[in-house]
Amino acid sequence: MAAKSFEELNTCTSDAVLFTSDEPFHFVRGGQIDHVQVRYETYGTLNEAKTNAIFICHALTGDAHAAGIRQGDTKPGWWDSMIGSGKPVDTDRFFVICPNILGGCQGTTGPSSLNPATGQSYGLEFPILDMQDFVTVHRRLVAHLGIDKLLAVMGGSLGGMQVLQWALSAPQDMHAALIIAASSRLSAQNIAFSAVAREAIMRDAGFSDGHYLEKDTSPDTGLSIARMMAHITYTSEGALWNKFGRDPQNEDLTPGFGVDFAIESYLQHQAETFLDRFDALSYIYLSRVMDYFDAFSSPQASAKIAEHPIPTLVCSFTSDWRFSSSQSKRMVARLERAGVPVTYRDIDAGVGHDSFLLSIPQYEDLIRAFLNRSFEEVVR
Amino acid sequence: MTIRVDFSLISSWIAPGSRVLDLGCGQGSLLRRLADTKDCRIQGVEMDPDSFLEAVGNGVPVIEMNIDKELDLFCDDSYDVVILSRTLQAVRRPETVLKHMVRIAPTIIVSMPNFAYWRNRMGLMSGHAPVSKDLPYSWHDSPNVHFGSVSDLETLFSQLSLSVVKCVPLSATGRVSKMPFASRNLSAGAVLYQLRNDTSLR
Repeated sequence: MAAKSFEELNTCTSDAVLFTSDEPFHFVRGGQIDHVQVRYETYGTLNEAKTNAIFICHALTGDAHAAGIRQGDTKPGWWDSMIGSGKPVDTDRFFVICPNILGGCQGTTGPSSLNPATGQSYGLEFPILDMQDFVTVHRRLVAHLGIDKLLAVMGGSLGGMQVLQWALSAPQDMHAALIIAASSRLSAQNIAFSAVAREAIMRDAGFSDGHYLEKDTSPDTGLSIARMMAHITYTSEGALWNKFGRDPQNEDLTPGFGVDFAIESYLQHQAETFLDRFDALSYIYLSRVMDYFDAFSSPQASAKIAEHPIPTLVCSFTSDWRFSSSQSKRMVARLERAGVPVTYRDIDAGVGHDSFLLSIPQYEDLIRAFLNRSFEEVVR
Repeated sequence: MTIRVDFSLISSWIAPGSRVLDLGCGQGSLLRRLADTKDCRIQGVEMDPDSFLEAVGNGVPVIEMNIDKELDLFCDDSYDVVILSRTLQAVRRPETVLKHMVRIAPTIIVSMPNFAYWRNRMGLMSGHAPVSKDLPYSWHDSPNVHFGSVSDLETLFSQLSLSVVKCVPLSATGRVSKMPFASRNLSAGAVLYQLRNDTSLR
């Protein structure tokens, strides 16, 4: 289905100041900031009873622009296959909210934002983030929008981890939760990949100990390498082979150390476009949140959701090795033990972790059926 | 939605408010009914993608799972009743599955088609693998991997120290059989059991 224009999806892009010096934001792991502004987009129309709102949590490098094509853009929002008129998250039925997360770099306060106390960017003085910090800001945004209870909270990857944390800490906020291609705690292998990505960024001389904005340097090399490596882990051997094989970038291979294979050129292109839209500090802060996240580590972790069980959909993809199916199954087991009505499906898809962003009929049918049923139960 | 006779029976055996796990829940009709009429806390398990999607549409929580390999996801005594309806003949290791079921709940409900039903015997006598309403598949596309009779199944129950609380032979059309109970190994198309474990398998 073609991406719709912003007007067709009734899109609004807004900024909300959710915390101020009168009421600063306190981080779970310590520290506070006096100003939190959040960029968010909404699609569709909130019904009179305010029962049709779906909250979208984005992944590591996502932003508030989830769906539709902005004027002048060539590409639609990052989850345009999922959100839109007639799509599984149907904007003709549902009111969809997607904010840029705390620590991000696309309109929401993050480590590269100006610290009002110093007049400089926060840099590494920005407090360490915790998954619950995202949830606190999300909840404040929902209150700001005057919505008492969301129909659903939904997200993939880091977005799915936010959904899990939200569902565990405040299940009463939502009728249903959708946790896609995520994990309740990263594997050692997954942490290892993030560690290498951060090393690439922080060892780049241009990183300037996090004050590259003031020093007018930039860790482009490090951020590029981080992105290239991460991108490989988001796909699969088969997907890369099908797309590129051993094809040369130009007519023939010309042995040397330049970019020669099509896959190399593709990675370089990925890195370049990433530099245009993403910030190195946001990358290290947001990826670090995932490393420390261990949703069920406390014995009391499931107490609230056990008291207030909400229908929860967990979905993984067979070829996803960065957030493997076994990690989703672990979440399913923990939720089931807490008495949560849990639905789990391992979708047969060959494109690895990025499958969650793609249009896959079985996947879309599942999301559509789950959301429509949730809505039926709410309006009944 | 037509209600299967065995579903009505099963439903009548389940106390209101029970926690019920249905292994191979199909489209979730039985669980939906138990949630709606008996306020049960329901959970389904299903492998078939089309049935799975229907179950989701019916508001039944359903986990895609290989019941031969993954039943250890469920904790000991975490349900009141576990149901396995017309699926035991299609699992790789029925004995292991039954042991898991009695580990997960004190009461289990099992039904299985009877391969020694007289029509099936006639089929074999005529030189062909039997095809009937209870066994609707050709020999080559059947999901069934075990071809046990009612007598065989009851022998397995006693080997596993499972005591039969209720036993209802069903006719080939799925109704409660009117034939003499003692003739069930010959006259029943399928049999439905409610079982408890005698000794501790746990």
